[in-house]
Amino acid sequence: MSNELNTMPWIVWVILIPLIGAMLCFMWPRRGKLLGMITTLITGFTAFMLYLQLLDHGVIRYALGGWGAPLGIDLYADGLSVLMLLMTALVGLGVSLYGVGYFKQDGENPAGFWPLWLLMWAGLNGLFLAGDVFNLYVTLELLGLSAVALVALAGSKEALSAAMRYLLVSLLGSLCYLLGVVLLYHAYGTVDIQLLGALVNSNPATYGALGLMVTAMMLKSALFPLHFWLPPAHASAPAPISALLSALVVKASFYLLLRLWFDVFPAVTTVDIGLVLGTLGAAAILWGSIQALRQTRLKLLVAYSTVAQLGYLFLPFALLSPIAWQGGVYLMLSHALAKAAMFMAAGNILKYGGHDRIADLDRVAQRLPITMTAFCLAGVSLMGLPPSGGFIAKWLLLEAALTHNQWVWAAVMIIGGLLAAGYVFKVVGYAFTKADSPHDARPVPLTMEWAALGLAAGAIILGLNAHYPLALLDIGKPFAGMSP
Amino acid sequence: MSAWLPLLVLASSLLPGLIIFFLKEEQSRTRIFLNIAGAVVKLGLVGLMVWGVYHGQTYEARLPLLPGLELALQADALALLFVVLSSLLWLVTTVYAIGYLENSPYRSRFFGFFSLCVTATVGVALSDNLITFLLFYELLTLSTYPLIVHRGTDTARKAARVYLVYTLVGGALLLLGTVWLYTLADTLSFTPRGILSGLDAQYHGALAVIFVLLIAGFGVKAAIIPLHGWLPRAMVAPAPVSALLHAVAVVKAGAFGIVRVVHDVYGVEFASSLGLLMPLALLAAATIIYGSVRAVYQDDLKRRLAYSTISQVSYIVLGTAIAGPIAAIGGIIHLVHQGLMKITLFFCAGNLAETLGVHKISEMDGIGRRMPWTMAAFTLGAFGMIGVPPLAGFISKWYLGVGALEAGQGWVIWVLIGSSLLNAAYFLPILYAAWFKEPASAWPDEHVFSGKETAWALLLPPVITALLSLAVGLLANATFSPLQWAVFIASLEFMP
Repeated sequence: MSNELNTMPWIVWVILIPLIGAMLCFMWPRRGKLLGMITTLITGFTAFMLYLQLLDHGVIRYALGGWGAPLGIDLYADGLSVLMLLMTALVGLGVSLYGVGYFKQDGENPAGFWPLWLLMWAGLNGLFLAGDVFNLYVTLELLGLSAVALVALAGSKEALSAAMRYLLVSLLGSLCYLLGVVLLYHAYGTVDIQLLGALVNSNPATYGALGLMVTAMMLKSALFPLHFWLPPAHASAPAPISALLSALVVKASFYLLLRLWFDVFPAVTTVDIGLVLGTLGAAAILWGSIQALRQTRLKLLVAYSTVAQLGYLFLPFALLSPIAWQGGVYLMLSHALAKAAMFMAAGNILKYGGHDRIADLDRVAQRLPITMTAFCLAGVSLMGLPPSGGFIAKWLLLEAALTHNQWVWAAVMIIGGLLAAGYVFKVVGYAFTKADSPHDARPVPLTMEWAALGLAAGAIILGLNAHYPLALLDIGKPFAGMSP
Repeated sequence: MSAWLPLLVLASSLLPGLIIFFLKEEQSRTRIFLNIAGAVVKLGLVGLMVWGVYHGQTYEARLPLLPGLELALQADALALLFVVLSSLLWLVTTVYAIGYLENSPYRSRFFGFFSLCVTATVGVALSDNLITFLLFYELLTLSTYPLIVHRGTDTARKAARVYLVYTLVGGALLLLGTVWLYTLADTLSFTPRGILSGLDAQYHGALAVIFVLLIAGFGVKAAIIPLHGWLPRAMVAPAPVSALLHAVAVVKAGAFGIVRVVHDVYGVEFASSLGLLMPLALLAAATIIYGSVRAVYQDDLKRRLAYSTISQVSYIVLGTAIAGPIAAIGGIIHLVHQGLMKITLFFCAGNLAETLGVHKISEMDGIGRRMPWTMAAFTLGAFGMIGVPPLAGFISKWYLGVGALEAGQGWVIWVLIGSSLLNAAYFLPILYAAWFKEPASAWPDEHVFSGKETAWALLLPPVITALLSLAVGLLANATFSPLQWAVFIASLEFMP
């Protein structure tokens, strides 16, 4: 890497590029596809450059415009944030490719998709790199609003009502979070994460902020029992958007929660709060999986599966060991790829047959083999079978649980895996058999099939060598401030 | 070369399989070429590996997976035994499957998964540690599912679902046991005489529970009672799949896993000092008798063979659990012998169904006159199962019996006698009906092959495997016989 490239402020570009791309797409909607694809590639490139920079320099802190904290805006990148950026870039690439095929057809609204999606990407990247809690709020709002607009894009009645509900939930969450920020600022006079981490001590304002912010993130990450808004929103959106929501948006709020937990509140978090979060996570795994099993519509099934999989992310709060956090983050990665692939596959099936009733899938396995392969590979990762990223994650989580003889958690994970197998194979089984009512078949563009397969293959490849992603987590040691 | 060879052995079925998925249905020649070429190349590579090991080479390939854990392949004596068996039988089964599925739909998908299935089996054979084993074991589950559901009927879908419920629950137990074992032992490598004897006595209780978890995980595929329910139902699959499932891939992977756990994870001595082997031996004995009894009452030929499999596979488990060197030889050798004999029987059953539409034993009167070669092969296989000398099954039973006496477990003799009598009770009536009864006036659904009893591709495989099962019995004392190899494997475990 030449010196020039090495010293560029990639940390800024990785937020600016999608923002600029979004504006360009907005101004030239007819060129949206081309501009969107170019932006996708450049954003991916900048994320990769930032990754290289991180490997060279370690943790990066960048003061925008030269004003450092507490006055100016600080950007901050450690291993975890860069991992999130790379994950977003990978899923983003898949979604953009998919979008090119998806919005080619009649009846879909391409003009809205590209600017909103790139705006959302800017919000995501900004969130992963924000160095203070107020900027986290700004990016969270940006993310939430663009997500709501994307859900509404389908224009159908269900989509609009789901979008409305999503909007209210999203605003409620943001509001709670903002109140927390206000409390913190009032008590400590700063919003910088690092400074707050050093100042925070146990007093009522801190506990108020902790409660508000954690609740907000639970709501936004759809943790059971606050998941009610997720299935309709994720299921009624157009397929590429469902993929984005399930793979990335809910992960962003979870990431925010991690930042708060480890960097802002380490002084006041207790084992008991962790236990509550973990228990809710376990309930989410069981409840989400059972609901998924009961669904008769494919996209709803996939959406409930997200509820279940998000539950796993909260188990490490109760498992209390670094291995568990590695497992949690790994699950986040592999679920992002697998679930995006699965929603895309579901979208293909919906496009192809005009419906997504599981019992009437009518030999999809024979007629859309690439899509079905994508669905199955993604399913393997969700079930946690080897070789897949989901397996590595489950292995780490189980190892953490068994090392400390925490049997209940291990049992929940094993049962969750079996239930996941149940709902995945329910779909696969009907994909092999003939349905009573024959399909009308509409062609599915090849880019859509291959985008799904590519992401699903990514989830499998994550299972082959976990060293690199896990080594990244050592940069900046995001889980160093772990409670005992 | 020493790292590449195990990978090439895997790739020789994986790559053709992946290519086959993308072939069009009409590209029959390309598909046949890829299938046969893959199978022949694999057999050649395995031969090379055996030759290398004989000359003191070691083969291993490693890929880091997690801190402290690797995906690792190696070729020790036990691995070679299984790998030779599966690559040999794969070649034969491929020829058979090509003949069997001629002109049926979705062949590309079928042969793609067929190749994946063999890849997984070979991976199971070559695994150097439990996590690699687990990986290929689950891959095997997943790649056999589409083979069972292949016909696309509702019965097939339901049978496949039952299969999945059993095997995935088994897999989950296996995963739990494996992780737990790892947290205690910090390693999962297969080592003769085990990796656990150094562990503190306070963990012995946990180790016993882990043993149960692992055996339950493997026992599902090995169809030990009460975990056998999926096997008779999986008979809806096409005949080559049944042959593969019963003789090489699925049930064998389970039995092989049990051998690995007892020999190379726990170690026979340590496992028996924990008191774990006696219950296992009793369970295996019960399975042997139960399977045989159920087989007697089946009229459907494939179902009878399926119950016979349940019974016969447990010989392997029994031999392993008796905890003596000679019985261990009997168990290990039965991996090979049961494979050869059972695949013959399933090929023959497939031939009867495909050529004459005969599925039931009650329809088999006089069938020996219509299909003499097929029934001759069937007869050899059946006599082998009963344990008539000098066929393969006799050697297995002999070593099991002698081994049991040597280990002071005389009761096993009664199990062997009882099982052999039952074997005779369910095989001899078939043979009698086939050779000595008058044929019915017309067969249920006859296809005529000009001048032959059936197509070459269907006839040659069972004849070859039947002759092999005769040969491994007759030539048991030759230097390169499977028996001598099993003796060598057992010596690694039992010799100081």
